[in-house]
Amino acid sequence: MYYFLFIIRTALEDFKRSKLQTFLTSLGIMIGVFAVIMLTALGLGLKKYISDQFDALGKNTLFIAPGKILEGGGFGTSSLLGNRFDVKDLIRLKRVKNITGIAPLSSKSGEAKGTLKSEFVSIFFTSDDFFDITGFTVDKGRFFDNTDIEKKSKVLVAGPKIAEKLFGSIIEAMDKKVAIDNVNFTIVGVIKSKGGGGFGGPDYDSYFFGPYTTGFLFNPDKQFIRFAIKTEEGVSLAKVKDDISKEMLRRYEEDDFSIVEPTEILSVVNSIFGIMNIVLIAIASISLLVGGIGIMNIMYVTVSDKTREIGIRRAIGARKKDILFQFLVEGVCLSIIGGTLGLGLAFAGVLLVQNFFPAYIDLPSVFLALGVSSAIGIIFGVLPARKASNLEPVEAIRYE
Amino acid sequence: MIRLENVSKSYKIDEETTFFALKDATLEIKEKEFISIIGPSGSGKSTLMHLIGLLDKPSRGEIIIQNKKISRLDDDQISTLRNEFVGFVFQQFNLIPKLTVLENILLPTVYARKKIDYDPTDKAIDLLKKFGLYEKRNSYPNKISGGQQQRVAILRALIMEPKLILADEPTGNLDSKTGKGIMELLKLLNEKEKLTIAVVTHEVDIASYAKRIVNVRDGKIMK
Repeated sequence: MYYFLFIIRTALEDFKRSKLQTFLTSLGIMIGVFAVIMLTALGLGLKKYISDQFDALGKNTLFIAPGKILEGGGFGTSSLLGNRFDVKDLIRLKRVKNITGIAPLSSKSGEAKGTLKSEFVSIFFTSDDFFDITGFTVDKGRFFDNTDIEKKSKVLVAGPKIAEKLFGSIIEAMDKKVAIDNVNFTIVGVIKSKGGGGFGGPDYDSYFFGPYTTGFLFNPDKQFIRFAIKTEEGVSLAKVKDDISKEMLRRYEEDDFSIVEPTEILSVVNSIFGIMNIVLIAIASISLLVGGIGIMNIMYVTVSDKTREIGIRRAIGARKKDILFQFLVEGVCLSIIGGTLGLGLAFAGVLLVQNFFPAYIDLPSVFLALGVSSAIGIIFGVLPARKASNLEPVEAIRYE
Repeated sequence: MIRLENVSKSYKIDEETTFFALKDATLEIKEKEFISIIGPSGSGKSTLMHLIGLLDKPSRGEIIIQNKKISRLDDDQISTLRNEFVGFVFQQFNLIPKLTVLENILLPTVYARKKIDYDPTDKAIDLLKKFGLYEKRNSYPNKISGGQQQRVAILRALIMEPKLILADEPTGNLDSKTGKGIMELLKLLNEKEKLTIAVVTHEVDIASYAKRIVNVRDGKIMK
């Protein structure tokens, strides 16, 4: 124990005496670890963000989209070009067993005029089932209902962000008129914030939601881009999918539509981002390699500088392995210093990024960073350390 | 205690020429002896001392320490002998600059394989007090005088309680008064502590402290 402490302490003592050199030597490892940890944190954040978005939809949710969405493990190309659905499909789908809610979806973007200012907005036209499927809750006022759908009422439910932007506050927005492409709507409710937005997912807080029948005003063909479906709890999704498929096939060809579980999309998205992340981390790892070579270079210089010291230590009884160990410890310490600095920097970076993106560092990353930096210290320190340990005592002690 | 039998140390200069730093040296150092190895520079006396101190291996011949043939020992065993059996004192003191006086003295105990039946720090403190260096225990070598550094080097040589102290020109870097002090100290260690001491020097005055003087000339021990 005394031996280990002594060796480590003398190594640290050396670094203390040449702080700048130590810092510069470990800089490569620091940058490498910072880059790898930062990218891992961003990857983890992205993954969590995406799965949170999908989790919000609930487990018993299905989407019907035109064309083939998922092909061969990735997104198909035909989904953007495929057929659109209409009210007939909605009526047919309502016949399918074990479905508790159907929300047809069409969207519209345009300039919305509030009392405070104008803003470019998006509206989802859908049914009242949408709120149940997506798990929205109302903050002020109400959702639109079946009567609104039947009467084609010009009512909108607003996301909290857009309500504040256009009217100053959520309360101010209530029951106010908002003009979108010269059509006047009344805001009957504001939903509770769902968060999100930023990378990838829709920021529902900045959307308006209206009855799908009212949406036909902007959509004379009365078509829907998608259906969101909620199935009965405890009934197998595969079975419902099958029933929906049978119903849809009465009107469409196999390739004209897709029935997708959110988890399927999730796994595709995850695998795409996973691969991207691995590639980025692999590129970042190159800096770890460069950092390791930097350490090796300095270690060779140190061996030359300390030749006489090695001779003295050998003269008073140090074995070859003692010298080898001493230099390995030095390499590993240098590397760990770099790794720890890089980790600290990554923590700071993640804290900064967290303001607008849910990146986070997990425990395995921390261990990996420290493990990898120690390994680099050993790998790149072993050659200089071997050189040191193989010096002949008599040669070393005569070295000027 | 230590015996050299027909020991030679040679270096190949080129394909045909071999230089003998030491040729067929036979020497015995007995326990509790104080000997001087004297010779001009380049005579081979340092080579002889490196061989006795196990810092170097002979090209020919055998070194026997306490009935052990050195040629049969591996590097670890030889290191252990250097640690336990020999204490070195060098001309340039050879203290490690980044270690304090106390740490320098304790350094051999860091590499000790045998169980030390005393507390090394207590012993080092005792020695420091005895040699009037206690106040300097936390100083670094560059902050103390040459004479003090050489005394620290002697304490480092003593900490493992070796049988043999090997001093290579121990007064070479000191003024004559300080050098004399160091030699007195070695003499005292021999007489009081019954330590075996071998001093390598080129100065007759220094050599005369010893009870036996061995002359080395042109790589040979003179009879």
